[in-house]
Amino acid sequence: MISLAGRDILHSWGKFVLTGVGLGLLIGATLTMAGVYRGMVDDARVLLTNSGADIWVVQKDTQGPYAEASSIRDDVYRGLLGMPGVAQAANVTYLTMQVRHGVRESRTMVVGFEPGQPGEPGYLVAGRRLLRGHFEAIADVKTGFKIGERIRIRRHDYEVVGLTRRMVSSGGDPMVFIPLKDAQEAQFLKDNDAIVADRARTAANPALNRPGVPGLLDAVTASQTINHSVNAVLVKVGVGDTAASVAQEIRRWKHVQAYTREQMEEILIEKLVATSAKQIGMFLAILTVVSAAIVAFIIYTMTLGKIREIAVLKLIGTRNRTIAGMILQQALGLGLIGFIVGKISATLWAPAFPKYVLLETADAMRALVIVMVVCALASTLAIRAALKVDPATAIGG
Amino acid sequence: MDDGIHIEGLSKRYGEGDTAVEALKDVNMRIAPGEVVGLVGPSGSGKTTLLKCLGAVIEPTRGRMTLGGEVIYDSEQGGWKTPDLRALRRDRIGFIFQAPYLIPFLDVTDNVALLPMLAGRANGASRARALELLQALDVAHRAKAQPSELSGGEQQRVSIARALANQPPVILADEPTAPLDSERALAVVRILNQMASQYQTAIIVVTHDEKIIPTFKRIYHIRDGRTVEEAGEGREIS
Repeated sequence: MISLAGRDILHSWGKFVLTGVGLGLLIGATLTMAGVYRGMVDDARVLLTNSGADIWVVQKDTQGPYAEASSIRDDVYRGLLGMPGVAQAANVTYLTMQVRHGVRESRTMVVGFEPGQPGEPGYLVAGRRLLRGHFEAIADVKTGFKIGERIRIRRHDYEVVGLTRRMVSSGGDPMVFIPLKDAQEAQFLKDNDAIVADRARTAANPALNRPGVPGLLDAVTASQTINHSVNAVLVKVGVGDTAASVAQEIRRWKHVQAYTREQMEEILIEKLVATSAKQIGMFLAILTVVSAAIVAFIIYTMTLGKIREIAVLKLIGTRNRTIAGMILQQALGLGLIGFIVGKISATLWAPAFPKYVLLETADAMRALVIVMVVCALASTLAIRAALKVDPATAIGG
Repeated sequence: MDDGIHIEGLSKRYGEGDTAVEALKDVNMRIAPGEVVGLVGPSGSGKTTLLKCLGAVIEPTRGRMTLGGEVIYDSEQGGWKTPDLRALRRDRIGFIFQAPYLIPFLDVTDNVALLPMLAGRANGASRARALELLQALDVAHRAKAQPSELSGGEQQRVSIARALANQPPVILADEPTAPLDSERALAVVRILNQMASQYQTAIIVVTHDEKIIPTFKRIYHIRDGRTVEEAGEGREIS
């Protein structure tokens, strides 16, 4: 028996392929939405991996610097280094802000770190590591900055000396790494008017401006412009120790919160990305329904266009099963064309997205199954219409 | 033995009670194998209803129908003799329509071969049968063409080949010459006569085409659901 569906598709392949391309672009958009979610999750994991930490020590009763504001003293790390199981401990700051370069601005996450310690970018794709103590920066390639370019962070200019890759915040903003002291200043420094007003207020305070104690006012004023806070301390545990046990000890003896990699991943993915995931899930559901409606409409319209042929087929003895099979195969064929076009288009346009889009083979396979099921379900309307056709309509009168 | 078509006391009523319409009233017909008869009558006289009953598309209210020596319907014995009317139509009845209604996405050969294929014959054997019929109808040179590439006359010849594909004892032709000019209409009737004679098929041609009515040797007139048989002119088609 010949394939009626195959012959029909070959006969009107132009219409079929164009319809498939239209559906494919919609499927491409659906795959991309899934890719955006996967990209967000992957970004979060890469953020944790590239930080080089086993434990994140943050302000007590907070979820850590990626989820909410966290501020701890910058000397906490000294106490941590003395604890059993802690091999390395380093201060880091994180601040999402606009960085100016020329006349343009880029939204970035500025990271303050200490060279050679956890928190340093894992690898460079161009340039070198920071060698000077101030005003040098390493940027993620997604910032668009070039080696040698000067960027402005708050009131200082920084020279981009190195480029790294896949270093983005949980929100997808590319990172700029600068020395810790500069980052602390950028994060906590007040503006000049505020400093002048603070100094005047301090000088007017007789308890702090005592003629009998020379140097007191200068010391108090200096302390107001120096900041001793960081957002987190990144800890690497020693060989033979587990992050969970060391974190447990830190929580017991210090007035801080300590998260292991698994706990931090849970915060990032299940709390931070969760809302975005629900948002994307809603889009995916809507796109699936729209795709189903389109396939149903197209197959139904195509079937209505063949009512007379279907009546003739039924009159000359074609079984309902054969006719239903023809329509089902056409719907599946349309879905297959749509999926192929969608996969190719998603693969082509994904790199152009500002945020990382991760297209996973498993997602594509899942999408193929869903597309096929949706197409099969969508064809039922057309199959019902075809099976209702009375063969008597082929005979005039 | 009733070869060909034999209809006895066939009636068909639509609706019930006061709104009931008696479309066919005690119709009797007998058409021998190889014979072509005309069925003529005005619109609403019951031609199409008779064709639909014969074509096992609608069920008569009363009567008896025999096709190719086999009783297919007897109201006295429970109605249809087979529950699979689809197979009955496929294997024992050929249809020719006013318009050819060829399947647009199948080429000429497969349009004809489709019926044997539906009956379970192998693709090769079905296509060989189709080519044989296309040769007999002088359209074998268009075997690979799509229906849209054929002229009206060629399309109608292909539809005749399709009707003959499963060697049915009966062919029902519903105004097969309506869209054709005189020359082509007479050519179609000539072909029907040839095919009826060659394949010993009984053919009923429903028509009110004045051009072809004189060519039938026997004509059934149908009016208000009743048939009257009369001898036709049986004019030779040159």
